[in-house]
Amino acid sequence: MQLNEIWFLIVGFLFIGYFVLDGFDFGVGMSLPFLGKDDTDRRVLINTIGPVWDLNETWVIVAGASLFAAFPEWYASLFSGFYLPLLLILAALIARGVAFEYRGKGHTIGANEVRWKATFDWMIVVGSALPALLWGVAFANIVQGVPLNIDHVYTGTLFTLLNPYGLLGGFVTLTLFWTHGLIFITLKTEGEIKVRARALATKVGVVTTLLAAGFLVWTLVAHFSVLGFILAALAAVSLIAGLFANFMNREGIAFSLLVLTIVTAVGSLFASLFPNVFPSSTNAAYSLTIENASSSQYTLTVMTWVAVFMIPLVLLYQGWTYWVFKKRVSRKSIPAHSH
Amino acid sequence: MHAIPAVLTELSALDLSRWQFGLTTVYHFLFVPLTIGMVLLVAIMQTAWVRTDNVKYLHMTKLFGKIFLINFAMGVVTGIVQEFQFGMNWSDYSRFVGDVFGAPLAMEGLLAFFFEATFIGLWIFGWGRLSKKVHLATIWMTAFGVLLSAYFILAANAFMQNPVGFEINEAKNRAELVDIGAVLTNIVALNQFPHTITASLMFAGAVIASVSAYHLKRNQQVSTMRTSLRFGLWSVIVGGIGTAISGDGLGLAMVQTQPMKMAAAEALYNTSAPASFSIFTLGTPDGKSELFSIRIPNLLSYLSTHTLDGEVEGLNDLQAQYVSAFGPGDYMPIIWVTYWAFRWMIALGALSFLIAVVGLWLTRKGKLELPKWVWNVAIWAAPLPVLGISIGWLFTEMGRQPWLVFKLMKTADGVSPGINGVDVLISLIVFTLIYGVLAVVEMKLLLAAAQKGIEEEKSEDAADADQLTVAY
Repeated sequence: MQLNEIWFLIVGFLFIGYFVLDGFDFGVGMSLPFLGKDDTDRRVLINTIGPVWDLNETWVIVAGASLFAAFPEWYASLFSGFYLPLLLILAALIARGVAFEYRGKGHTIGANEVRWKATFDWMIVVGSALPALLWGVAFANIVQGVPLNIDHVYTGTLFTLLNPYGLLGGFVTLTLFWTHGLIFITLKTEGEIKVRARALATKVGVVTTLLAAGFLVWTLVAHFSVLGFILAALAAVSLIAGLFANFMNREGIAFSLLVLTIVTAVGSLFASLFPNVFPSSTNAAYSLTIENASSSQYTLTVMTWVAVFMIPLVLLYQGWTYWVFKKRVSRKSIPAHSH
Repeated sequence: MHAIPAVLTELSALDLSRWQFGLTTVYHFLFVPLTIGMVLLVAIMQTAWVRTDNVKYLHMTKLFGKIFLINFAMGVVTGIVQEFQFGMNWSDYSRFVGDVFGAPLAMEGLLAFFFEATFIGLWIFGWGRLSKKVHLATIWMTAFGVLLSAYFILAANAFMQNPVGFEINEAKNRAELVDIGAVLTNIVALNQFPHTITASLMFAGAVIASVSAYHLKRNQQVSTMRTSLRFGLWSVIVGGIGTAISGDGLGLAMVQTQPMKMAAAEALYNTSAPASFSIFTLGTPDGKSELFSIRIPNLLSYLSTHTLDGEVEGLNDLQAQYVSAFGPGDYMPIIWVTYWAFRWMIALGALSFLIAVVGLWLTRKGKLELPKWVWNVAIWAAPLPVLGISIGWLFTEMGRQPWLVFKLMKTADGVSPGINGVDVLISLIVFTLIYGVLAVVEMKLLLAAAQKGIEEEKSEDAADADQLTVAY
């Protein structure tokens, strides 16, 4: 296996890791108005991801930096091409991040507590839903191909990306991350809120299954690859099995199956892409591939050593974090007067 | 394209991208130095608590830990923008240097950023869940991650100031990494790192002193606040000495690698030996010659070469050299900016240092009976170091112009070819609005936390065992 192939896998792994982890953060954020009947409920929801959301968000930064180091042409063409969608994602991530930090602190500066919290709750909802939607739009368009000229410069506009396939991809990630987040809530809470989350997960999950089925069939018809097909089939099976496990009140199994769904679904997109990394719809000859987009052998060698040593270590200490915070959150665990 | 008024299409993506990069970077770097300095000082406070069991160190850890965290969140969310901007606005730059420049950035992510994000989560939410010693270890791990992170970012920046460890691949029209060791031991990075860390210590120390002075002025929480005041002042002093020594080293490295920047810092038009240092200069409006100046003889020679009569190259000679090497063009940065930025950076640092020295002397042997205005000076002196830091970076980055990567790529050639002025105008407005609102909220929250001071802990037994020690 060549180094640029290894790095295609590593970049894929980092984005998959990001979607698996921040995916449930997005889902929890989107659930605030649906599951949070009062402020204590909403605090329970936020505290399920409290110690880990910014750690999860870190994955996108590392994924982006790895893309920069291993495939500079891909990074440059993609990020400048998707300028406005990325701006929206950035704005949403900023809004969500500060909202988590600020929503409980209004009383310290004498703000109207109810209005203050309502404002930041909406920032969390929008700041979660918008990236969940836009990452799907972006990745669907990457797989489908976008207008790139001979210098690999994007020549479309924002509206070029809002095509049916792109939008369908966006709604798939939106609903999939929402389902993922709801099942995460059943895993991390107890009592009434858990019951509500489980019921909602079933409903959203059914919608997700329909959308995802349409999207995966479309992807396979338009961009068939054997591995892509196998992974897509696995994704479909694990999603349905996950929903069934959720229905049967087996939240640990359900969550694991949702993780598997995201891994295989995003994996199937990367498989459909290979060996392209950013196909041009203008002329296939203008496409970026793992050959013409990658860094030099030397850079890839250095970075491979770093990745081979660090990624297992990262998984180990991040795993430890999840273990430390494994306890469920309930209304009882929310301290009354501290924030 | 849709019909866009001509005036908008003529907006330059280049100029707007430069403004956006400047704005977002300066803003991001208001939070970073406080994070760097504060994580180290909080780690020291917590170590003092674990070792002595003296509750006042616990109070200090909690109070300044809270200030550190309010600030840390802003550093993280604004940091993502930095990471994305290279590709979004500077894609030709990214294509040209990605093979080299991407490596330290990705290493920062894999080695340092994951690390600090993980351990800071453990530190925040680990109170009461982890044993005292393991919990103490998490803040030191965070500090280690923060320092490592800073080093990789500075190594990436150093490549733009003094490109090393690369070869140009003509066929691919890009710089390619040939020696990662050279990139990571770039002389500019080796000197910039201690300069950045010690200046950050000054800022965090000044903030600690400021918060403490606020409470001492009101005669509240005296026993803890007196300790934290002196701890903060000592941090400013230690940081200040370190900043001066490392700044001297950085100056030498700059003369060696970017003589134009040093000449621009001094507005030295003609090569001189020995060269004097001007404290104040009035020039003709065109900036080509000087009318009046106050000078210290031989000092510039000493700063640049560590000899009293060493030769320092002047702007005009360097301009001529660069024209013959790189073709016609203006190779000077904006002289009045570099000249005044260099002086203000030094002056603000020195002023902060002096205030700390005087403050320590005034509060010696437990004395706290001081006039109100003395406390006010200590309170309002907090922003001096961060102003100095921001201005120092303006000097570093504007002194590099017109180059994006020194002698390899001009700033004008790095901008994304695919983006138009309207897109960048939109993003510039979005960032300005968001950052503006956040600055107001952030300042209010920081001030509220600082003014509240120490919060008395409920005794450990009273707390419900099931409750989160820290919760959103």
